[in-house]
Amino acid sequence: MIAATRVSGEVVPARAQMAATLGFHIILACLGIALPTIVLIAEFIGLRRPDQVAMVLARRWSQAMGVLVAVGAVTGTVLSFEMGLLWPGLMRKYGAVLGLPFGVEGLFFFLEAIFTAIYLYGWRRLGGWAHWWTGVPIALSGIFGAMSVIAVNAWMNQPGGFTVSHGRIVSVDPWQVFFNHAAIYEMPHMILAAYMVSGFTVAGVYAAGILRGRRDRYHYTGFALGFVPAAILTPFQIFVGDTAARDIAQDQPVKFASMEYVQRTSSHVPEWLAGVYANGHIYGGLKIPDVDSLLVGFSPGTKVIGWDTVPAADRPPVAWLIHLCFDAMVGIGFLLLLAGLWALWGWWRHRSLPRQRLFWLLGALSGLAAIVAMEAGWVVTEVGRQPWVVYRLQTTTQAATTNGGVITSLSIVLVLYAVLGIATVLILRALARRWRRGGVPETGVPYGPQPEIPDARGTRGTSPGRART
Amino acid sequence: MIAAAAVGGILLATVTLYGILGGADFGGGLWDLLAGGDRRGHAPRRLIDESITPVWEANHVWLVFALVIFWTAFPVAFASVMTTAALPLWLAVGGIVLRGAGFAFRKEVSGLGMQRAFGAVFAFSSLLTPFFMGTVIGAVAAGQIPANASHASLAAWTNPTSLLIGFLFVGACGYLAAVYLIGEAARRGDRRLQGYFTRRAQAAGAATGALSLATLLELHGPAAALQHNLTGRGLSLVILAGLTGLAVLALLAAGRPRGIRVLAALGVAAVVWGWGVAQYPALLPGTAVTLSNAGAPHSTLVALVVLFAAVVALIGPSFWLLFALHGRQLLQGGEGLIAPAGGRTGAGSPARPRRSSGRAGRAGRASRIVAIGLIAAGAVARARGGRSR
Repeated sequence: MIAATRVSGEVVPARAQMAATLGFHIILACLGIALPTIVLIAEFIGLRRPDQVAMVLARRWSQAMGVLVAVGAVTGTVLSFEMGLLWPGLMRKYGAVLGLPFGVEGLFFFLEAIFTAIYLYGWRRLGGWAHWWTGVPIALSGIFGAMSVIAVNAWMNQPGGFTVSHGRIVSVDPWQVFFNHAAIYEMPHMILAAYMVSGFTVAGVYAAGILRGRRDRYHYTGFALGFVPAAILTPFQIFVGDTAARDIAQDQPVKFASMEYVQRTSSHVPEWLAGVYANGHIYGGLKIPDVDSLLVGFSPGTKVIGWDTVPAADRPPVAWLIHLCFDAMVGIGFLLLLAGLWALWGWWRHRSLPRQRLFWLLGALSGLAAIVAMEAGWVVTEVGRQPWVVYRLQTTTQAATTNGGVITSLSIVLVLYAVLGIATVLILRALARRWRRGGVPETGVPYGPQPEIPDARGTRGTSPGRART
Repeated sequence: MIAAAAVGGILLATVTLYGILGGADFGGGLWDLLAGGDRRGHAPRRLIDESITPVWEANHVWLVFALVIFWTAFPVAFASVMTTAALPLWLAVGGIVLRGAGFAFRKEVSGLGMQRAFGAVFAFSSLLTPFFMGTVIGAVAAGQIPANASHASLAAWTNPTSLLIGFLFVGACGYLAAVYLIGEAARRGDRRLQGYFTRRAQAAGAATGALSLATLLELHGPAAALQHNLTGRGLSLVILAGLTGLAVLALLAAGRPRGIRVLAALGVAAVVWGWGVAQYPALLPGTAVTLSNAGAPHSTLVALVVLFAAVVALIGPSFWLLFALHGRQLLQGGEGLIAPAGGRTGAGSPARPRRSSGRAGRAGRASRIVAIGLIAAGAVARARGGRSR
């Protein structure tokens, strides 16, 4: 009994820590998945046309990628450890099942790490197209690695592919674990999200520069290389998301009910835009009759399952958070679609990007908006699955560690990640400043490693680099 | 049973590879820490940095892969280890984050103060991380992990055996790094640094050997069986480890660095496998948990063997490519070291998509083959996935 109360005491900080570390890492994961593709597009244009500006952008983005990949690699490792340190109950019971997609992910993580190293540090001595090709495995393994990790999350939403006898898992079908029902929509949804986050983030950086008056070909090219792929993918993302929502209404009706405030199973269910649910009432918000039924089954008479079908203990704890996050995600998706259409219209009418300041403001915010939408989506899928960690099979409480002191690790993690995040952003900004000043890095500091560029400071005869040319 | 033993071997192989590859990267941080002031430590720090930079992330993946194999194949034991040794594992995780971030940031910051700060973070965490990892392995080897742990234990990893193994890990990392760095220095024709790291390799080698012996003698109580087996069926590996260590020290004394890297790596691998052979088939010594009853069903184990075969087939050549390019010094100077605009350096000049030649061309072709292979594998996976539904 005492053990039980202690267990539930650690669930909340454990969930908070998982949310914080995953929420941080997922941004870097998105950049890890999709940024290489954008860099490769830039290098392709640079080699093919040839275009000096695109080439400079590709090289500079590679340098930024070096920092991001390092931070992403270590924060990803934290998550691997946390699977056992925070959720030993989950691993003890289901490690043999959900470990398999993680193993496949490990394979692609290897390829990604190896070819990232070759690509990033091969700029100078692997010339031309050979260098370009060393980047292709990074982009591909990013996609396959993402599929593998998403397979695990999707499996937690739609567990299957294993048989249990006397409380022990006796056989596992890896294919059914990997391609479970939720994986079919979660995989494209997340991979598209990664491309949108990366593309809009790159675009946002250069849109901000253009807003500050740096209206040159360098900035317009940087903006377009990020914005165009992301904007093209946005309508596909909206289609995939819409399909996913319909599947969730079937597969995980209680999660869907929380997303859309479906309190009772019925037909002619209204659609709520915004609004806060508390104590059985929805405050604020816009109610549109019949639309939720229409979205789920293409007819106002469609019956939608409400959260009244399960006892209160089996419902997610904060319906308002899930609903508002869902609305935020969808709203931002349409806002980004609008930005893309605006650019398309400008291109169609004037063969140029729109000149209006509002468009560039939208562009500058698009990266942040895409990140917010992606995080909101994760809140929907993770909080919406509560109280389960493995849907209908294991509760989060059963999965959590029985060790005390998670509050301590949570506090340390929050401080450490805040410092890490701030340092990453500051270093990227410092890089950008250095590039603007003329590109030659400030090197030759005696403490740090010294590059070959001759420098007055610190080069004290002893420098061993002379052997190389 | 065969499948469980095979996966146990795979787990030990990944741990070995992490040890001899990733461990050396930690050891590099250790020598960075001990390199002294800005001026005195400049040359060794630079060699360390250039040696680690392109490879540490790929080497680090062995750790992630070992973790995944551990929890997939032996979930019950995994949960017990993670629960019992939670504190040193948290400290090791913190060290991993600080090491990686400190290393990556140091490269990109300008100004001596910031470089010093991030360099210190990198170097200190390179010391602490292997130590805490070692204490966790020590807790397992010393039989301090219960079969079904529900709470953390301080005594499990602060007993003399665990602490000794923690120090042994630090020593081994330093030993490997120093030996590898001798080779790096030799390849650059830098005799001064070659001598510098030779002295350090000798010191670290002697310390590591002494720590190994001390650990062997310290094993008693629940670990008595381990000691018995190390001097029994594991004896040949123990002797091999000792011989390689002596051979490395002899070659260093003679000033002939050829082959010492392989010998040093072999020595560390022999220690790891000696531990594995001595412990077999127990997974958590002192309990009834063995390789075959630690949780995973047969189909999972078979899938892991297949997966590892795929890793060997795909990752082996990729690592070979990485190390070959690094060894020929083709991976030096990312974008950070070049003046970009107007620079007419190699790949940067978009003048003409030249036919890439020689080694660079081979790298491109190899990458192309991997890329095409990945696309094919993805197509097959999708097709099979589609059928199985």
